[in-house]
Formats: sequence, structure tokens, C-alpha cells
Amino acid sequence: MKTRTTFKLNLGPQHPSTHGVLRLLLELDGEKIISCEPDVGYLHRGMEKMAENMTYIQYLPTVDRIDYLAGFFYSYLLVDLVEKAMDVKLSEKVKIIRVMLLELNRIASHLLWVGAFLMDLGAVSPFFYAMREREMILRYFERLTGQRMMYNYFVFGGVRHDIDFLEDIEEIIKILPSKIDDYERIITENPIFVSRTKRKGIITPDMAKNYSITGVNLRASGIDYDLRQNSELYQGFEFETVILNDCDAWSRYKARILEMRESIKIVEQALDKIKSFDALRQILINPLTLKLPQREYYNEIEAPRGLASCYIMSDGSEIPYRLKWRTGSYYSVNLLRELLVGNYINDAIAIAGSLDIILPEVDK
Amino acid sequence: MNYLYFLYIEFLSRHGISKLFGDITYYVIPFCIIALALLVVVLVLVLVERKLLGYFTQRKGPNRVGYWGVLQTLADAFKLLCKENITPSGADKFLYNLAPILVFIPVVTALGIIPYSSEFTFVNTSTNVILYLILAAFPVLSIFLAGWASNNKYSLLGGMRNVAQVLSYELPITFVILGIVTLSSSMNLTGITLAQYSQKGIFGWFIIPCILGFGIMFISILAELNRCPFDLPEAESELICGYNTEYSGMRFAIFYLSEYTMLFANAMFLSILFLGGYLSPFGGYLSHMIFGESHLATIFVYFEQAFWLFLKSSLIIFGIIWIRATLPRLAPYDLLKFSWVLLLPLSILNLFFMVVYKFLSGGAL
Repeated sequence: MKTRTTFKLNLGPQHPSTHGVLRLLLELDGEKIISCEPDVGYLHRGMEKMAENMTYIQYLPTVDRIDYLAGFFYSYLLVDLVEKAMDVKLSEKVKIIRVMLLELNRIASHLLWVGAFLMDLGAVSPFFYAMREREMILRYFERLTGQRMMYNYFVFGGVRHDIDFLEDIEEIIKILPSKIDDYERIITENPIFVSRTKRKGIITPDMAKNYSITGVNLRASGIDYDLRQNSELYQGFEFETVILNDCDAWSRYKARILEMRESIKIVEQALDKIKSFDALRQILINPLTLKLPQREYYNEIEAPRGLASCYIMSDGSEIPYRLKWRTGSYYSVNLLRELLVGNYINDAIAIAGSLDIILPEVDK
Repeated sequence: MNYLYFLYIEFLSRHGISKLFGDITYYVIPFCIIALALLVVVLVLVLVERKLLGYFTQRKGPNRVGYWGVLQTLADAFKLLCKENITPSGADKFLYNLAPILVFIPVVTALGIIPYSSEFTFVNTSTNVILYLILAAFPVLSIFLAGWASNNKYSLLGGMRNVAQVLSYELPITFVILGIVTLSSSMNLTGITLAQYSQKGIFGWFIIPCILGFGIMFISILAELNRCPFDLPEAESELICGYNTEYSGMRFAIFYLSEYTMLFANAMFLSILFLGGYLSPFGGYLSHMIFGESHLATIFVYFEQAFWLFLKSSLIIFGIIWIRATLPRLAPYDLLKFSWVLLLPLSILNLFFMVVYKFLSGGAL
């Protein structure tokens, strides 16, 4: 009897659509994938080990690099953990500034994803359109913090300096909804796009739970889980959690689009609130004497790519004894092992793209 | 080409050069013209495509080398010439080197059978259409060869995709062309052009009765040229660069060159079949309106005819680039399904319509 021969294909680490340096070891029968083995670690920078040799304030600027598309989230995660540990009372304005910047950053992150995903599917224009709008947000961040991607703006007990240039944000939230309408017009109902993404890469709710998928990918599988809804930070903000039930790549796309619209709403509300405050007054923690009491600490937030959490074991000294990050993308990469099997290469690219994997976040 | 031939011989004899020399060089000149025109066309096309894509995506496109970036493609071509030709280890050296040459030959030949104006077809046979079909489908062989000989799995996948794609889209093209042949009662490209002549200009063109066929043919040509949304054989985000992943330097340049030449040739072919080829859209030629029936006008008419052909094909190319800027890529199985389930039945239906139309409009079948 003649057996079917298969062959191995290395997808990455140098491949245009692995979004960095992911390597997928695929076993193929023709163009059909029989097995998939994700291989991560090409961007490993030892973020966790590094923390064991640095004081908290020394470590804080490096944290932005964990996910360079959503830098505010990880620095907020660490800052928030320390503040909770030290039992610091924050001023209201700081909280609202943080909400606004986090949500703007979420929009920027999702915008890049929309562009990159369409690039994976072979459409060139949406990438540039999305980049154009992302550029507005990054320009604002640059004006505010001096940096486009690694902001280092949140500090223990507050923010580095008071917020400014609010007219930029006003313009962003005025323009952005119509631009998102534009994307939807060119992408959402496009028959080719629909045929490439509908019923492709289905993550059933059970599968999502087994692989600890979080974030938009989970919510697009019909599970209501959004840390923002119960968080103290987002109290007083009106927004909806986007939940779609199709479980496929198309619904993950749609969920991100809808989530951007929700984020715009949050930014609008935050902007209104900020205007009613006077100049910022905050009492920062002195970073030179900062020591966490000997205990274990845990903090989690809703980052653009799923639940992000930080665990610190402190021995009472000025440096953490052990620090661990949990990032959303890492679990999404793991899912590829099961999700890609039985699909063709072109679908595999679309499915992997739809999960919004960012490699620095995976490798840390 | 008789008229031009006599002009040429007369010109030589006036300068005391023998007729024998004229007889020999007369057949060489066209190929020199083609080679030159081809280079210019590709250089311009690549620039125009990059510029247009730039404007479609809110960028400026190339604008550093030369005014408006006009020298950008020249600089790129020069860079490619200077680069090392790398043959991957394990590649079939003979086939690997043969593939770029094989892809180039049919492309150049295809340019030779196109009637640029009423007296300007280099190779004019009675069945030019069939010849063109064969030449247009021929690059698939060398593309598969390139994919096979590169010893690269991505290249191989790209080559295989291309074979499947061209096989599926050749059939609708053939059926549409059969419809055109029925309408014009000719298998010669000049004959087809002349059959579209009418005093009302644009209303004589075959696109009026055969709009369905034009649509089918346009889509199929996109697939044959590996253009977006059918650019599967070189799908960048999937197969890196498909069949020419391993090619570098001049060999890559030749693939690139032939791709764009084929784009231009196919656009001209499409405008000959449906948009009246070199005919003026107003019925009469502008040269006649300006210069009357003088000797000068007869010369100018040739240039005007070539101008109309280039204009029409430029419009088609603009459409192709526009589509590239808009659409995502199809999946391979959807692509095959699209051809066999939709385009092929439609093209047969189109042929049926054409026969009925021809019968009703009183032409002999």
C-alpha cells in the first residue's frame, strides 16, 4: 500500500507574517497542515530574571518593552501592584489620566492589529489607513511623554507630570469614529474577506477555557470576561463588554472593531471628567526607599491581548525576590498547536493573525 | 506591413544602400524596437504602479531619485544588475538557470503579434489569437520550473499553485475568445480590430454586446498574471515570494520584467478584443480632422492608433492596480471554485449569447 508522504515546513522565524520571530514547525500534506509545533523564545530578553537584580524604579522603564504596542498597560500593571502593596491613596485625576491613556493605547494597539491582519490576508491599503490613525495617537503620546512607544509615564503613586495637549485628544476622538466606519466599509462585508475569515479558526468556548485564552479572543468566543467591568480604576465609566458568539476569525476582527468604538466612548468620558479638575496634585512614593513588605503580590489587568498579570514575591528588600509576568499572547500561541491542524497554509496565516500575537509579549 | 516595407526600401535606395541589406535588417528592426519599448514600458509601469499604490494608500510613493521619482526604477534595475546571482545549494542548476530565460521568450514574442496600428504588426498570421493564447499561458511552465528547481518548499508551493490557477482560468478565457471570434468572424487580431470599426466609434466595440465576456476575461487575466486578488503563487504573507523566493540579481529582474511586460501585453490584448484596439473612440481619427487627407496625416494616423491602444491598455492597467490596492487575497480553493463553478459556466453562456447575437444581427455564422 502506498502511504502518503508529508513534509516539514519551517514557517518563520524570518517570515513576513509571523509578526516578529515566531517559528511554526508545520507538517504538511500538500498545503494541508497535519501538525503544528509553535517554537517561541527568539525574542527572549530575560525580563523576569532582570527584575531580580534591579530596584523597582530601575525596572519600571524596561516594563514598557514587554509589549511595545501597548506599553502603558504593563507599566500600569507594575505601578498599580506596588501602589496596592504600599496602600497608597491616588488622586482622582491620576486615575482618570490613566484610564484615558490606557484606552487610547488600546485603540492604537487594535488599529495596528487591523492593519497587520489585513496585510496577512493580502490587502495592502488598510494597513496604511490604520497606521495613519495610529500615528495621531502616537503623536499625542510623543507630545505628552516624549516617547512614541516606551512611555515610562506612570510612576509609583501617580504620573510623571500633569496631562496636557487635550485638544489633540479631542481631535482624535472626533476623527476616529468616521475612520473606523471607513475600515468597516472596505473590510467587514468584503466577500473575499468574509470567505477568508468566516468559520475559519473556530475557538469553541471549551477550547478557550482549556487553553486559558483571554481578552478579545475569549470574548469573541461568547464568554463574558472583562476585568475592566469590575475594576476599581474604571468605576464611573459607561461602556459595554463586546461579546460575539461566532467563535471564528471574523468575529475576532469584529470584536476588536467594536472594542475600539467602546474605548473611544471611555476616552470621551475621561476627557470630560479631566476638564473639571484643577492642576494635578499627587504625592509620589519615594522610589529610593521603596521596599515591598515580605509577602507575595498579584495584580491583573485587561490588556489589549488578554489578561496580563504580574506576580511578585518580595523578601522585604528593595529588589523583588521573584517576578513573573503572565501575558495573553503566550497562551494564544499555545493554542495554534490545535487550531491550525486541518487547515491550509493560507488559512493558517489568517488564523494566526486573527489571534493578535505579539512576540515580545510571548517571549518576555 | 507592405506599405512600411516599401517605404523602408525606398528610403535605403535613395541613400544608395542595397536592397539585400534592407531585406535582412527589415526583419531585425522590429525586435530591436520591441526590446527597447519593453524596457521603457516596464520602467514606466513599475513607477506608475508604485506611485498609484502610494496615492491609494495615502503615501507619496517613490520621490527621491530624480524628479517625481522617475529614475527610481532605473536605480532599482541597476542595483539588481550589480547583485550577485545566488544559486541555492541543492538546486537543479540547469533548470534553475533555464527558468528565467524560458519565462522571457514567450513574453517578448507575445509583444510581436499585437497590432499596434493598422500597418504595424511584426508577426501577422491568420490565427494570431490562438498564438497569443499559447504564449500567454506559456510562462506557467517556467514558473513551475523555477519553483521546482529552487529546492525550496515555498517556491514549490508557489509553482504548484500557479499551475492549478492558470489551468482553471485558461478555459474561461478560451470560451470568451471563441465568442469574440464568432462576432468578428476572424482569428486575426487586426481582423478583430477592424470588425469593431463603425462610424459611431465606441458603439461598434465588442464590449457593448459582450460586456459579460469582458468581465470574465478581465478577472481571468488577473488570475493569469498572478495579480491581486489572485496573487497566490507569490503570496507575500504566505509563501514569502512564492516561486521566485530564491532568485536574486539579474534572474529576479528578468522575472520581474516579464511579469510587467505580460501585464502590459495582456492589457493590450484585452483592449484589442473588447475596446476596439487601435481604433479611435470617435469613429474618425483626430489626425484626419486636423491635417485633412494629406500625406502627413497618413503618417500621423499610425502614431495616433498606437496612442489609442496605449491609452486603452493604460486604463485597464489602472483598473488592475486599483483592484490591487483594494482587495485581499483569495484562498486557493476559493480561487479554483470561483473559476470552475462561476466563470466557466458564465463564459459558455456568453458564447451562446454571442452566437445568438450574431445570428440576430444578420451576420453569417
